[in-house]
Amino acid sequence: MLEFFAAHKREIATLTGEHLWLVGISMLLAIAVGIPLGILLTRRPGWKTAVLGSNSVIQTIPGLALFGLLLPLPWLGARADRLAIFALTLYALLPIIQNTYVGISGVAAPVREAAVAMGLTNRQLLWQVELPLAANVIVAGVRVATVFVIGLATIAAAIGAGGLGEFIFRGLAMVNNDVILAGAIPAALMALIADGMLALLQRRLTRAHH
Amino acid sequence: MLLGPSGSGKTTTLKLINGLLTASAGRVLVEGRSVAEWDITELRRHIGYAIQEVGLFPHYTVEKNVALVPRLERWPEEKIHKRVQEVLQMVGLPAAEFASRYPDELSGGQRQRVGLARALGADPPILLMDEPFGALDPLTRAELQKEFKRLQQRLRKTVVFVTHDVSEALLLGNRIALMESGSLHGVYTPQEFVTKPDALVRRYVEAFQATQHIFQT
Repeated sequence: MLEFFAAHKREIATLTGEHLWLVGISMLLAIAVGIPLGILLTRRPGWKTAVLGSNSVIQTIPGLALFGLLLPLPWLGARADRLAIFALTLYALLPIIQNTYVGISGVAAPVREAAVAMGLTNRQLLWQVELPLAANVIVAGVRVATVFVIGLATIAAAIGAGGLGEFIFRGLAMVNNDVILAGAIPAALMALIADGMLALLQRRLTRAHH
Repeated sequence: MLLGPSGSGKTTTLKLINGLLTASAGRVLVEGRSVAEWDITELRRHIGYAIQEVGLFPHYTVEKNVALVPRLERWPEEKIHKRVQEVLQMVGLPAAEFASRYPDELSGGQRQRVGLARALGADPPILLMDEPFGALDPLTRAELQKEFKRLQQRLRKTVVFVTHDVSEALLLGNRIALMESGSLHGVYTPQEFVTKPDALVRRYVEAFQATQHIFQT
C-alpha cells in the first residue's frame, strides 16, 4: 500500500487539491446562501416549513441520483465540476440554514427585549447581539455540513468532476484495495482535519462569552 | 409606581411608553409628544430600561454593557470611558474591579446593579423599570431599594416603576398608580394610599399591615 502511495504521490496531491477545491467552493457558497436564509427565517417564521421542508427533500435524494438528475440541465450540466459544486452546495445548505435559525432563535428573550428597548435598530440587533450569540451554533452547522460534503464529494468523480473519488471508483473497477485507499484515506484525513479545525473555532466562540 | 397584581397591565403600560407595544386605541404622550410621532429609535435611546431578568448581553463585559447606548449614540470614546466609571460608581460597583467582568461572573444583585447602570448609561431623562429587584433575595433587595432611593433623590429622573410589592411602592414612590384588570384604579401619594377609605386600596394596605403585625406586639 505504502509503495502504491509513494509511486502515486503526485496524483494523490493533485486529486486532493481538486477535492479541496470542490468542497471549499461548495462550502463557501452554502455559507453565503445558508446563513442569510437562516436569518431570513427568523424574521419570516412563516417561510420556515417551506424552506426547511424543501431542503429536507433534497437531503433524501441519494447523492449519485442527484448528480445524474442534474446532468441534462443546460448550463449546469455543461461542466462536471460546476454541476458537482451545485449539488454539494445543496446538500450543505440544510444544516447551515437550520443551525442559523436555531442559534438566533435561542437568544434569550430578555436579552433581545432589552436590546430593542435600548434602541438598537434591527440591523444592530442582528450584528451586535444575535449573530455573536448564535455564532458557535452556526459554526456547528458548518462543521456538520463540511464533514458530510467531504465524504459526498468522492461521488463527484462518477460524473467526471475529479477529486479523490477518482481513486475510489478506479479501485472498485480494478478490485484493488490499495487504489481505493489512496482515495479514501486522504478524504478521511481531510474530514478529520476540517472537523478538528472547526471544533476549535467553535470552542473559541463559546469561550468568548463563557 | 405602577402597582397591581399579575395581569393587571403594569408591564403593558410600561411597554407602551417605549414603543415595545403599540396602543390599539388612544395616545401615549412622552414629553408632550405622542409615541407614534417620535422616531422610535430616538425615543428608546431617550428612555432607560431596566427589567427583572436584567437582559444584560452575556457576550459583553460590564463596561461594554454599560457603554451600549453611549456607543450607539456615537459619543467620543473618552467621554464614554468617563461616563462608565461614573455610572458604575453610582451603582456601587467600582469600575477597576468590575468593568472587565462578564455578566456570568457576577452575583444576581451585581447583575441588577449593572442593569441599572446600563439604563443610566446615556443619562436619559426617563427611566422605565419593570420589577427590577423582583428576583433578588430580601437582603439584597432591601439594600438595592435603599440605594436606588438615594440615587433617585440625587438624579431626579422621571421613573416609571412596575411592582406588585406594596412596601416597595410605598418606599420608592412619589405617586402610586394602582392598576386592576387592565385599567387604572386610582393614583395616590403614599400618604393618601395608607389613609384612603377605598376598598381595593384598603386590601393592599391591610395585606401590608399584616406583615408589620409582628412589630406591634
